[in-house]
Amino acid sequence: MKKNIAFMLIALLLCAPAASYAAQEVNVYNWEDYIADDVLALFEQETGIRVNYMRFTTNEDMLVQVRADPTNYDVIFPSDYIIERLISEDLLDTLDYENIPNAANLMDWLKAPSYDPAGEHSVPYMWGTVGILYNTSMVSEPVDSWAVLWDTAYENNVFMMDSIRDTIGVAMKLLGYSINERSQEALDLVKDKLIEQKRAGIVKAYQVDETKDKMIAGEAALAVMWSGDAAYAMSYNEDLAYVVPKEGSNVWVDGMCIPKGARNKENAERFIDFLCRPDIALINFEEIWYSTPNAGTVAMLDEETLADETIFPTDETIARCEFFKDIAADIQRYNRVWLAVKSAR
Amino acid sequence: MSVRRGNGPGLRRSMFAAPYGLWMLIFTMAPIFIIVFYAFTIGGKPTLENFKLFLEPEFVGILTFSLWLAFLCTVICLVFGYPTALFLASRDLKRSAMMAVLFVIPMWMNFLLRTYAWMSLLEDTGLINRFLTFIGVGRKKLMYTENAVLFGLVYNFLPFMIFPIYSVLKRSDLHLEEAAQDLGANGWQVFLKVTLPLSLPGVVSGVSMVFMPAVTTFVIPRLLGGGSFMMFGDLIENQFLTTGDWNFGSALSLIMMALILISLGFLNNANPEGEEGALW
Amino acid sequence: MVMKRLRWVYIALVLVFLYAPIVVLIAYSFNASETRAVWGGLSLRWYAELFRDKGIMDALYVTVSVALLATMAATVLGTLAAIGIHSMRSGMRAVFMNVTNLPMLTPDIVTGVSLMALFIFAKLPRGYGTMLLAHITFDTPYVIFSVLPRLKRMNKHLYEAALDLGATPSRALVRVILPEISPGMVTGALLAFTMSLDDFVISYFTSVRTANLSVLIYSMTRRKVPPTINALSAIMFVTVLSLLLLVNRRDARSDKSKLKGA
Repeated sequence: MKKNIAFMLIALLLCAPAASYAAQEVNVYNWEDYIADDVLALFEQETGIRVNYMRFTTNEDMLVQVRADPTNYDVIFPSDYIIERLISEDLLDTLDYENIPNAANLMDWLKAPSYDPAGEHSVPYMWGTVGILYNTSMVSEPVDSWAVLWDTAYENNVFMMDSIRDTIGVAMKLLGYSINERSQEALDLVKDKLIEQKRAGIVKAYQVDETKDKMIAGEAALAVMWSGDAAYAMSYNEDLAYVVPKEGSNVWVDGMCIPKGARNKENAERFIDFLCRPDIALINFEEIWYSTPNAGTVAMLDEETLADETIFPTDETIARCEFFKDIAADIQRYNRVWLAVKSAR
Repeated sequence: MSVRRGNGPGLRRSMFAAPYGLWMLIFTMAPIFIIVFYAFTIGGKPTLENFKLFLEPEFVGILTFSLWLAFLCTVICLVFGYPTALFLASRDLKRSAMMAVLFVIPMWMNFLLRTYAWMSLLEDTGLINRFLTFIGVGRKKLMYTENAVLFGLVYNFLPFMIFPIYSVLKRSDLHLEEAAQDLGANGWQVFLKVTLPLSLPGVVSGVSMVFMPAVTTFVIPRLLGGGSFMMFGDLIENQFLTTGDWNFGSALSLIMMALILISLGFLNNANPEGEEGALW
Repeated sequence: MVMKRLRWVYIALVLVFLYAPIVVLIAYSFNASETRAVWGGLSLRWYAELFRDKGIMDALYVTVSVALLATMAATVLGTLAAIGIHSMRSGMRAVFMNVTNLPMLTPDIVTGVSLMALFIFAKLPRGYGTMLLAHITFDTPYVIFSVLPRLKRMNKHLYEAALDLGATPSRALVRVILPEISPGMVTGALLAFTMSLDDFVISYFTSVRTANLSVLIYSMTRRKVPPTINALSAIMFVTVLSLLLLVNRRDARSDKSKLKGA
């Protein structure tokens, strides 16, 4: 009897994962905190396709995994410059827009973006800016420059991003360079600047997704943050404010792409189409607070939301910002700078 | 008999290890081979560049920092762990087995959970700081410091120091101590001349059991150091999962393995008995 | 007398240090409020939500099932290997023992990245299956090292006597060798099971599709840890505590009965 039970237990254990693979599925690889759980549940309910949902923290982490095994993912959510990279490495499949009719809802300026001129490899998911989220009860002066992040008055009160392009981009902008500057001279200056900031004890930590909740809790006065996370944090703590500094910053678009060799391309396209449906995009928007590129969704928003400059930056703000560009092999020199900063003491 | 053992069932019996032999070939040897291959090539071409790159100051800096922190952690664990083990193993302690179990239980809790708990204690708005503010001392910077990392290391690895020493002491011949006492040695003399030498094998294995994981960890500095303190383990993780430079990452892995094997060899030589105090 | 009291104070302090975070987790698990910053009164709400949290339940299932399957596989593989290694000539045995030692000496992170490299090289999608393979790999040496000493202690001639008495080798194995080494197998299996349950580093590198509890908790600490995790900690703590007490009591009882027998 005991033997039988043991046997049944083993059989059960073996069957459970096997059974889950038998059904229709789609392997989604998205950022942390970047979708509403309800959306996934709705998709599964409506289509009967099981979503294997995986998460990453930064573009670079995701790129490593996709390069290692592109067939493991059906839908990925890279940013503009990584889409550029993936296209040049021939890792992205072409999208069949016949299967993604809802993509017609997209805003016109995003239909043929610079990183994917033909628009055939990516459908925009969300867009936003990088800026400073600050706690007005801890920062009395007006914040309008990246320089505030180097102000020793805020010792141990600044969260920087543990993301190579974002943080180096901030220092580049402060020093008056483009965020896509590749000269060694600029990189050395950036390195010194970031190390100076760290050695002065201003930086509390380098991190990504945990920052928004720490800012809500009042753990620090200032943080470099993506606009959507900032809007999310502001909705929980009234003292928080967001600004895109005057030196300019990064405006970005995260797209939805299908890697070459994806095992469930059709399901992937259905998934992308689903996320482009205005009502679904609205659910997402209301949960994660990033700017939606979906004109159909924008039409459903009230005046007050549309006037929120954190979520929908003014044209004047966008004019100050630039897209990240793929820097190809120069990323290695960026990596060295970043490691030097991270390991500096 | 020996004939049968040599070629009959004996030969068959050694075949029992065949599946495992195959398994090791695939899952132990092949991965190491892949790492060695990556370490000595770039783009498939043989080179020593990956090791040369390691000699750059920031990488050597990361290594020395890890060694230093692991060393401090080991010393602190020894300073606090040795007396604990001594007390636990002392003869007049009733229910010493029960007490020992008390020290094991925390180790059975997932270490990430425990480290997370420390985060919620140490953060600026955490319990300790709220208490400090309450009694009028004010907020102190506890988290995201070198000391927080060190603290996390000590917390996680202290039991690895206590147990080897405890089990060696528990097994050692207690009559020696009694004899020394009978011969007129005082407490300190008994400790220095009898207990301490007896416990050395435990100390050695405790040191290796604390030092090795401390040098290689990447989770604790990440969580308690806030990404500001890069240790050797972080660097390897970073090369494999963020930078994507597997060649350099592999070279780093080999360097770490060499480091571990050398220190183990060193410790084994230092072990007077040549016998390892076991954790269990 | 003063020394003795000091000693107790010292032990108590070390215990406080070891248990403080666990006590905090358990205390927060009864906090009705969502954030740690506020004490919202006593509540069992997080325990109820824990069982409704699909992510945590899935991870729990992965953790336990991987640990069970890996332990079973490692016990079979390791026991057979130990019997084989035991009957080998010294040269071959040295080779096997050294390779068995390797995963135990290799830092987890190196084992993790090298297995990751292997799975990517073999184009295996990293998920439940690869995690299981990795766990079997690092579990097996624990079984071997627990079984080998038993084999060494065993009377060599028993097996041969069984053969002389007409038993087939396989029958002799089951009837003579296995009973002798089964305590070693149990120890090895228990060790393997604990190692599997607690593993983070190797699972982290060898699986992207499936997360076990450690990996899930790690990714949570990097964004937001829900209060349900506190409830999970409390349940885990109580489970561990009662298991250890049970084992301890059984040990104590069997010690007593042994004494009586003698």
